[in-house]
Amino acid sequence: MKPNDVILHSVTKVAVFIILTFSIYLFFGGHHNPGGGFIGGLSVASGLVLLYLTFDIETVRRNIPVDFKKVAAFGVLIAIFTGASSLFFDKPFLNQAFGYFNLPIFGKTELATAVLFDVGVALAVIGTAVTIILSISEDG
Amino acid sequence: MSWLHLMIFIPFVFAIFVPFVYKWFSGRVHTGWFVLAAPLAVFLYLLKYIPSISKGETIRLELPWMPSLGINYTAYIDGLSLIFGLLITGVGALVVLYSIYYMSKEREALHNFYVYMLLFMGAMLGLVISDNILVLYVFWELTSISSFLLIAYWYQRKNSRNGAQKSMLITIFGGLAMLAGMIMLSMMADTYSIREMLGHTNRISEHLLFFPAMILILLGAFTKSAQFPFSIWLPDAMEAPTPISAYLHSATMVKAGIYLVARFTPVFGGTSEWFWIVSCIGLITLMYGSVNAVNQKDLKGLLAYSTISQLGLIMSLLGIGSASLYFGYGEESTVYAFAVLAALFHLINHSTFKGSLFMIVGIIDHETGTRDIRKLGGLMSLMPISFTLTIIGSFAMAGLPPFNGFLSKEMFFTGVLTVFESPVFGIKSIGLLFPIIAWVASVFTFIYCMILVFKTFMGKYRPERLDKEAHEAPIGMLLPPIILSCLVIVIFFFPNIVSDHLLQPALTAVLPQFAGAGGIEVNITPWHGWSTELFMTIGVVGFGVLMYRSLKKWSRLYGYFPQALTLNGIYNHLLAGMERISLKLTKQYMTGFVRDYLVYIFTFMIFLLGWSLWLSNDLSFDLSNNAPIHLYEAGVILAMLIAALTVLFSKSRFTAIIAVGALGYLVSLFFVIFRAPDLALTQLVVETVTAALFLLCFYHLPELRKERSSIPFKFTNLLVSLGVGTIVTLLALSANNHRLFESISSYFEDSYTLAGAKNIVNAILVDFRGLDTMLEILVLCIAGLGVYTLIKLQLAGRDKK
Repeated sequence: MKPNDVILHSVTKVAVFIILTFSIYLFFGGHHNPGGGFIGGLSVASGLVLLYLTFDIETVRRNIPVDFKKVAAFGVLIAIFTGASSLFFDKPFLNQAFGYFNLPIFGKTELATAVLFDVGVALAVIGTAVTIILSISEDG
Repeated sequence: MSWLHLMIFIPFVFAIFVPFVYKWFSGRVHTGWFVLAAPLAVFLYLLKYIPSISKGETIRLELPWMPSLGINYTAYIDGLSLIFGLLITGVGALVVLYSIYYMSKEREALHNFYVYMLLFMGAMLGLVISDNILVLYVFWELTSISSFLLIAYWYQRKNSRNGAQKSMLITIFGGLAMLAGMIMLSMMADTYSIREMLGHTNRISEHLLFFPAMILILLGAFTKSAQFPFSIWLPDAMEAPTPISAYLHSATMVKAGIYLVARFTPVFGGTSEWFWIVSCIGLITLMYGSVNAVNQKDLKGLLAYSTISQLGLIMSLLGIGSASLYFGYGEESTVYAFAVLAALFHLINHSTFKGSLFMIVGIIDHETGTRDIRKLGGLMSLMPISFTLTIIGSFAMAGLPPFNGFLSKEMFFTGVLTVFESPVFGIKSIGLLFPIIAWVASVFTFIYCMILVFKTFMGKYRPERLDKEAHEAPIGMLLPPIILSCLVIVIFFFPNIVSDHLLQPALTAVLPQFAGAGGIEVNITPWHGWSTELFMTIGVVGFGVLMYRSLKKWSRLYGYFPQALTLNGIYNHLLAGMERISLKLTKQYMTGFVRDYLVYIFTFMIFLLGWSLWLSNDLSFDLSNNAPIHLYEAGVILAMLIAALTVLFSKSRFTAIIAVGALGYLVSLFFVIFRAPDLALTQLVVETVTAALFLLCFYHLPELRKERSSIPFKFTNLLVSLGVGTIVTLLALSANNHRLFESISSYFEDSYTLAGAKNIVNAILVDFRGLDTMLEILVLCIAGLGVYTLIKLQLAGRDKK
């Protein structure tokens, strides 16, 4: 008999959006407020795990056709390449730069290369966490 | 980065492209044609240095590698490195050309072959051109590794694998000893540069570590150059494809040990220990190699033992020549310096004739299908060119005119006679042993050279014993040995060109006191009157012919030597014993239970931390400065205690997981109280994800049961857990109480101006300590892949069943 989990389904559909939105907020807020790539990535991963728990793995995989191993590797590569990019400006490896720019909608905005590095961190965390959980849950 | 550095890296750069070239042109063009460009280019480039080097100049170019540790890749070219550089690239180019015809492009994994070979070439070049001993060591080990890979090239064969293992074990053992010796040396001289060490020879020779460092470095040199008793790996290394044997195991790699001895002669030479050890080991090796070579049935085995004996010859000459440093600059030192010149000369000559002989043996193997002397014979009319080349090569090796081997053999006799005529280091009557051993070994050398020529090419042609119809090799295969054989003859007629341009500068590198004079006055001539040397050579020929005639009668003596006492027997015994002991030892502690391993890990941690706390006397804590504990904090602690105890006493796994989760959430509550929102957030999310993970894992486990385990087992667990708890608590308390240096946290407070971020924690993570974060995510990623592969492999294994 299939267990009745209508409530879980309905709540998850809403909650995942809240979690993912909040993760994005956490990620970008990290520069000045609590948050950052690691936490942002982890909370995205927790949202995804919630999805996997609620719906079965196959359903989610059909809807999010992403290979999370590649996501993790991609994240690490981003981090390394943003770090290496500073070498082209005759700066030491992993030197980060920031500046203030006037953008059309946002007005005066700070743009920092550290955010790019953080994207790498976040992707690596998401990829690894989901990979581990998926592998373990498939074992059985 | 200079041109010179670039040239050293060319083989490595080529090695990167070889697999692609192999893939794109597979089956159409032989990959060797592409590879050939690398040694050829470097060879031509190095030729350019001959004029300036022969004038006595040296070239030194620095490339910073790890400047903070004083490790720079300093390229240094003097006469000695130039000789080696030219040999490596020159013979390398010929060997690559030869291999194009030897290695079938249809059947062989050429990309592996050439990658290993280029790796070796680059490593060898780097070795002879680097001035920094640590860089030298890195290249040294790289040659061992590439040699291992090349010997095991036909890894499907058991003999190849065993030979590769043997060479690896012996040369890496020597390499590690050498590393220790070099570290001692750098401690004594306070520098890593060989150049600078030469300035501190007085300080080094009076140091307590002088003798140990010498022995250790010699171990490295002797293992690499297959000196007695480490020579056993070389005959087994003949399992490698013949181009490799010609290149690594006769012309270049085995000479790395010679290079090392020559290079360190100015540092260690002039002492009686160095003189005795190097020259005696050299002579023993010379004797051992030549006597054993006569008994070989495999042509390559014969050449392997002959290589061992020739290496011993060069080594003994270097040992004798080192006495020159003892005398300073004068007449006697010049007499001894002649031995060094002879060593360097024979080094070049040996590479030419031995390289050519190896290639011809390869041709014989290729065209007849066997290398067994007992099966071969009568090939003279079928393979006339190979026959001529063999005559040139082996007569040079036997020391007959008009080939270059004659010159260096005569010089070798002069060298050993010097020891007898002008004694040093308290030699009296023992000095006579030097020429005697040299002469006897030469007789044996003569005999195996004759075996090589006459047993292979003369006698009766017996096609029924051969796998293939014998015929002459294609011209491309013959060309490299022809070039080498031409050199053999040219050097005989014009030895002084080599001497002036290469040997003299190299001599001043080995014996720096001649640097001012630009070498020693010497004119190498084939004819220098009816001297003792000439009579010795005539004796060698006469006696050699007699012995060769009666070979059948006395070769039976070899059979009487007990098998267990041979070096190989001892090696096999040692290896088997080591395997047995390590198996026994490993079985003792590798139980296969994770709980046992955890006990090891935690016990080790308790003792290590406790011991260092005890030793450093830091076990003190002072609570007076701590903030007061509020009631709500005490409450949270109490709740945490309850949660922890619940885990211990819970009846189902589900309760335990929830209790662990609660514990984690309470910790994050603490982070909130102590105003660390980043940590609190992370802890919350981590706790959530791990709880989900635990649920997943425990789903597969059986129901929690009351476990029946013995009292000692439970008692150990209790002790370990209590110990870990106590140690960590003590550590935390005393860590808070120690300020060893000024806190650096004020630096991070400027994060807004330094990194444009108001969040210090994140600024530290992505900017100030970005490298940590990068490596952390790398580790995380690797761990994730580890879990993935473990589980996938297990699943795959289960499917198979």
